[in-house]
Amino acid sequence: MEYLLNKIKKMIKFEASIKQRDDLYFITVKKEQLELILSYLRDNEGFTHLAFLQAVDYLEDNKFQLTYMLYNYDIKVNLGIKVYIDREKAEMVSIHKFWAHSWQYQRELHEMYGINFPGSPRVEESFVLEGWEEIPPMRRDFNTLEYSIKTYYQRPGRSTNDPAKYMKEKMYKKYAESPKIRRDND
Amino acid sequence: MTNISKSKYKDYKADRLKYPEMENGKPIIDLESHKFTKIWQGPQHPGVTGNMSLEVIINGDEVVNSKTHVGYLHRGFEKLMERRKYIQCFPIVCRMCVPEPDTNEYCVSAAMEDLAGIVIPEKAEWLRTLNLEMSRLGSFLMWIGGQASSLGMGAIGQWTIGMRDFWLDLFEEMTGGRVYHMYMIPGGVRKDLPAGFKEKAKDLIIKTRNLLFDIEKSFFNNAIVKSRLIGLGIISPEMVDEYGIVGPNARASGREYDVRINNPYVKYAELNIKMITSTIGDAYARAELRYQEIHQSLDLISQILDKIPDNGEIQAKLPNVLHWKIPAGQTYVKAESTRGEHGFYMVSDGSEYPRRVFLRGASYTHAISVLEKLIVNVSISDIAALMVSLQTCPPEIER
Repeated sequence: MEYLLNKIKKMIKFEASIKQRDDLYFITVKKEQLELILSYLRDNEGFTHLAFLQAVDYLEDNKFQLTYMLYNYDIKVNLGIKVYIDREKAEMVSIHKFWAHSWQYQRELHEMYGINFPGSPRVEESFVLEGWEEIPPMRRDFNTLEYSIKTYYQRPGRSTNDPAKYMKEKMYKKYAESPKIRRDND
Repeated sequence: MTNISKSKYKDYKADRLKYPEMENGKPIIDLESHKFTKIWQGPQHPGVTGNMSLEVIINGDEVVNSKTHVGYLHRGFEKLMERRKYIQCFPIVCRMCVPEPDTNEYCVSAAMEDLAGIVIPEKAEWLRTLNLEMSRLGSFLMWIGGQASSLGMGAIGQWTIGMRDFWLDLFEEMTGGRVYHMYMIPGGVRKDLPAGFKEKAKDLIIKTRNLLFDIEKSFFNNAIVKSRLIGLGIISPEMVDEYGIVGPNARASGREYDVRINNPYVKYAELNIKMITSTIGDAYARAELRYQEIHQSLDLISQILDKIPDNGEIQAKLPNVLHWKIPAGQTYVKAESTRGEHGFYMVSDGSEYPRRVFLRGASYTHAISVLEKLIVNVSISDIAALMVSLQTCPPEIER
């Protein structure tokens, strides 16, 4: 596997490689190199299985990280290819020509993260959320609490208590008053 | 009884030159022309495996086009986990799959251990192996009942669900829970085996083998089953790579890929286990392969019961899990569920909360891309059998 990584390194200049386990490696490549390296790994090096394609949101760096996880049946190694893309104008090249199921992941990322994949089939179709008008919900700046307060209402007759205060006042009242128990402020 | 092989309708095929009219390899579907009907199968249809629905366009009783719709079960687990501490994630991951929750538990625990660099004791690894293999068996028993019921043989479904209940009793003794076990936590397992567990499990293995013998006679040697399943939903070897097919669906098409053998985890490397493959790739081959894997599963459970050590630690020492910070990193941990490669991709940024947790389920491709490809030209009465033979499980699709 190290031999292969050196070989790829001679071909293109990738940024970093990490060995997580004996059967799991990660490399970071540039956005423009992705198609080249995927087609090379699939056709020449036997990484024929695309396990998944997913995104990670780095809000503080203003970046999305896309991970393409490949698998080689012969040497039994997983290789994750990481690509960083701009978060503001999130757009990535579609890989639906390499694997017939990759459009599904791209459709999900389009809906959940708002990443565009021009040319990917059925990418505009809704996957889970029909009629969604907010910002894409898996982005880290989506405020889940605010959305649920705005959208749903509480069932009448229910109230919320602060757990620590409630336990002290109602459930453990006699223990709180008991002089035998040593408390922190004693 | 009419002889099926001599029936004059046996070799009948719809005249594809007339209907549907093709253009660039795709059918022209005009619902106004009254040649096609659109029906919805699911989400409450009894033949659909779980909460998903198929938008099927039929011509006569043959499917021309189909689209899978999900979204009836979305609970946002992955988003929930981003706002929870690591130890708070572990009771919700098992809810991602009802018939087989333990694979999720194992993958999440192992991913946390991999990132934090924790090595778990040997006995805990054996107990994990036992738990994983028992959950595979329970899921297979549920599947074979579903496959028989989809062909109208409800009795087999009742036998196997009944037998699965005895296995759930054993799960209850072992873990305290019947359906969701929450057994494997980061660092090991929660409990040791109770007294008398091994004897009960060995008795149950014999009972299950007897039941399987009955199923073989009534299901696999049944003329109706053979005539309906043989040739249904053929997966070609080229499709396996193209569509990312894994598990028994891929092994029935000749692909030698079983995570337990290719990348052994827990104690599978110390067990005597053989890859089961077939080259036919249709629904009957997949059913036969899964039937052999049930026997393999029983065999593995008895091997594990013999090898499990009596004494030893079951928990590694962890820091205070309420303030547990895992070093920054990324990992992908996978295991073999009954449906195939089942993995968790976990990203940590060094804080108390995971940055991203993602479940890669086998059904994500099997139920959408693969099903939409295989369903074309299938009779409407065989849709349920095809779905069960791919063993689709919607909770993995939406998470």
